Amino acid sequence: MSDRLPGFSTLAVHAGAQPDPTTGARATPIYQTTSFVFNDADHAASLFGLQAFGNIYTRIGNPTNAVLEERVAALEGGTAALAVASGHAAQVVVLQQLLQPGDEFIAARKLYGGSINQFTHAFKSFGWNVVWADPDDIASFERAVTPRTKAIFIESIANPAGSITDIEAISTVARKAGVPLIVDNTLASPYLIRPIDHGADIVVHSLTKFLGGHGNSLGGIIVDAGTFDWSTGGKYPMLSEPRPEYHGIRLQETFGNFAFAIACRVLGLRDLGPALSPFNAFMILTGIETLPLRMQKHCDNAKAVAEFLAGHPAVASVNYAGLASDKYNRLARKYAPKGAGAVFTFSLKGGYDAGVSLVSKLQLFSHLANVGDTRSLVIHPASTTHSQLDDAAKVKSGAGPDVVRLSVGIEDKEDLIADLEQALGA
Amino acid sequence: MIARNDTKKRQEMNHDAYPDNYIRGILNSVKSIAMVGASPVNVRPSYFAFKYLAQRGYDMIPVNPGHVGKELLGKPFVASLSDIGRPVDMIDIFRNSSHIMPVVEEALTLDPLPMVIWMQLGGRDDAAALKAESVGIKVVMNRCPKIEYGRLSSEISWMGVNSRTLSSKRQPAPTQGMRLSLNRMSVGGGDTAASDRAAKNKTEQS
Repeated sequence: MSDRLPGFSTLAVHAGAQPDPTTGARATPIYQTTSFVFNDADHAASLFGLQAFGNIYTRIGNPTNAVLEERVAALEGGTAALAVASGHAAQVVVLQQLLQPGDEFIAARKLYGGSINQFTHAFKSFGWNVVWADPDDIASFERAVTPRTKAIFIESIANPAGSITDIEAISTVARKAGVPLIVDNTLASPYLIRPIDHGADIVVHSLTKFLGGHGNSLGGIIVDAGTFDWSTGGKYPMLSEPRPEYHGIRLQETFGNFAFAIACRVLGLRDLGPALSPFNAFMILTGIETLPLRMQKHCDNAKAVAEFLAGHPAVASVNYAGLASDKYNRLARKYAPKGAGAVFTFSLKGGYDAGVSLVSKLQLFSHLANVGDTRSLVIHPASTTHSQLDDAAKVKSGAGPDVVRLSVGIEDKEDLIADLEQALGA
Repeated sequence: MIARNDTKKRQEMNHDAYPDNYIRGILNSVKSIAMVGASPVNVRPSYFAFKYLAQRGYDMIPVNPGHVGKELLGKPFVASLSDIGRPVDMIDIFRNSSHIMPVVEEALTLDPLPMVIWMQLGGRDDAAALKAESVGIKVVMNRCPKIEYGRLSSEISWMGVNSRTLSSKRQPAPTQGMRLSLNRMSVGGGDTAASDRAAKNKTEQS
């Protein structure tokens, strides 16, 4: 029993899972049940009062989901995690613990279009005010800090163009401001980047993408790094103050360095309700077992496809941080040395019409609004994922009208290149 | 095993990051635990920890001068360590850092000495730790024995906590009052590297 750190692939297969104590089942069973029987009244009271470890109701916790939670926490190097119904649910639950109405959070302008929309409109209706900053201009984050700032939100590899964010530089701004840094690590997955190693306090994922990896199950997760001190200055009352929902428990005092994950569970998930189906947790867990193999193949294919496109006469430009000529290549080599991910954009000399034509002629690439599938995917962000934005915001977020986004799958790269070649050439 | 009077030269303990084997050795060998600052209020962390450790089979003794004459889960409160009147293996201190030294000093007057002095989450007094270690007492600071027991047994995994352990063995289903095996494969030590670093920075700033 030496304190030896197993490798990433070992954790991807084993962390959180053990043979089922009751049946000996080796694969994690799907505990498709809403609720769990108490031993007696005292046991029930202990569970409801957060005094004992155990299951009550699947909206608060489920044994299948718990395996997924521990596995992702282990892969990210966090103290604990909470699985929820989607990546969007993860963002709501995280910010509910941090912001009161009238508070602000700073977000990088380059984000998944759905997040930009959620932050701009839905969160505004809660009184949570987003202040945008430019991830390529670290000083813009510093300038955005006010006394009402409660968090900073960035993507490690940013949608849609696959640009790489300087996590360490922004974590320095967050530390100085005394607020946690939240990193959406969906497009990198912990195989490529572990944001906690670079100063993130909270990591969120859409599990729907590379972690699940097969385009079959929605899910989201929140990972607590255990690094942020919630007790200072009463700035985060959900964590530092006695909670009336639990007869006066102070979560940080009681749960120490995984108090944030507990707050998300017992104040967020319990009351907002976006629980993950145990069946989806099972599907995503199965996906995670092959994450290191898939992710490397995704990256290797993406680099080959990007190199092909960069040399094609119909292509105006390629934004892929894995290319030596790309403006994010220096950051890619620092943060994601194994590969720069598999989602990137390129623009066609023929503009909008050429983009539409390309998408219609592709035979292997599927035209749909998702990324991180085994299958290669293509989309025209300006008319779909980023269509809610005005034209200026589209360009600022890297989704101009001439831009096509690819999510490169794990097929044979020669077949992907041949498909693009026929669609571009004809 | 922990010797009550360890005469071997003791390696200087790193209190920023404990190896799992150190914590595991303590939780596997102590039988009686006196909890200083135990509270009868059932939303206080000391109550949680007291109840959990009692359910896992430890002989728990509540120490709190404010509650003498009352009981905590059937165990009578005593006013101070010297009032316990029998040997105890471990002192678990549920007091703020500034109140730790007098408790340690009192513990050092006990005969026989305790094997372990444990300071709860948020509690840390390096001078008091050094004093205890100089007479062969093992010290743990800024940790919770309930959390560590739940972590090493992986019972805490039910809450999505990273137990930092792995096992391919089939364990019995845990029931109330059952001692659990703490002998799973460790994944690189007691806490995550990032959370240890953060705790160390906080200690250095204070």
